[in-house]
Amino acid sequence: MNINKTVDQAVMNIALEGRLDTTTAPQLDAELKDLQGIQELVFDFEKLEYISSAGLRVLLAAQKVMNKQGSMVVRHANESIMEVFEVTGFIDILTVE
Amino acid sequence: MGMKELTLDAVTDNITKVTEFVDEQLEELGCPMKAQMQIDIAIDELFSNIAHYAYNPEVGPATVRVEVAEDPMAVVVTFVDHGVQYDPLAKEDPDTTLSAEERSIGGLGIYMVKKSMDDITYEYKDGQNILKIKKNL
Repeated sequence: MNINKTVDQAVMNIALEGRLDTTTAPQLDAELKDLQGIQELVFDFEKLEYISSAGLRVLLAAQKVMNKQGSMVVRHANESIMEVFEVTGFIDILTVE
Repeated sequence: MGMKELTLDAVTDNITKVTEFVDEQLEELGCPMKAQMQIDIAIDELFSNIAHYAYNPEVGPATVRVEVAEDPMAVVVTFVDHGVQYDPLAKEDPDTTLSAEERSIGGLGIYMVKKSMDDITYEYKDGQNILKIKKNL
């Protein structure tokens, strides 16, 4: 999985490419370690193929942090990722655009 | 296609190898992309479970078998380990209506597998955990 992260003042953009699963979730987790001062966290999933529960765990942790200090949004999730969000109820936890 | 199987150490570093092995068979079968992705997710959930719990803290082997069933045409993937007896299906389904703060991630992986596969069965036999998933094509 490739992670393209950019930070512009209080806005962090993270574009993912590939698969967010048990093998790759720790990479994303590491990128999200320091969210101090971030008020807007934006995920671009346009090039993300799929997500397993290991990936959901990282998204949930990030959402919990952002609930306290700003907002988080997930963009361009494909059909199979949307299905995972729906089945797991994450569609109601995350802001998906 | 006959039955094909792969035996390797049950460690998370091997999930990619297992996925590649299964995908190769699926491509040969002309499996639709969506079904393949769902099977790949299932492999991630089930093999990582085995890697984390079956032999912890030791390392032991797991076997992954791919077969084709007919009437209706389906792919059956079987996971076998001889670690601690563990039935992932015995766990209650998670409450998917809870808020972020109330949520824990436990049980979500197996729940996703249950929802995306057409059948899932577990049996403990001759000291082996045998977990089978079936996806109709």
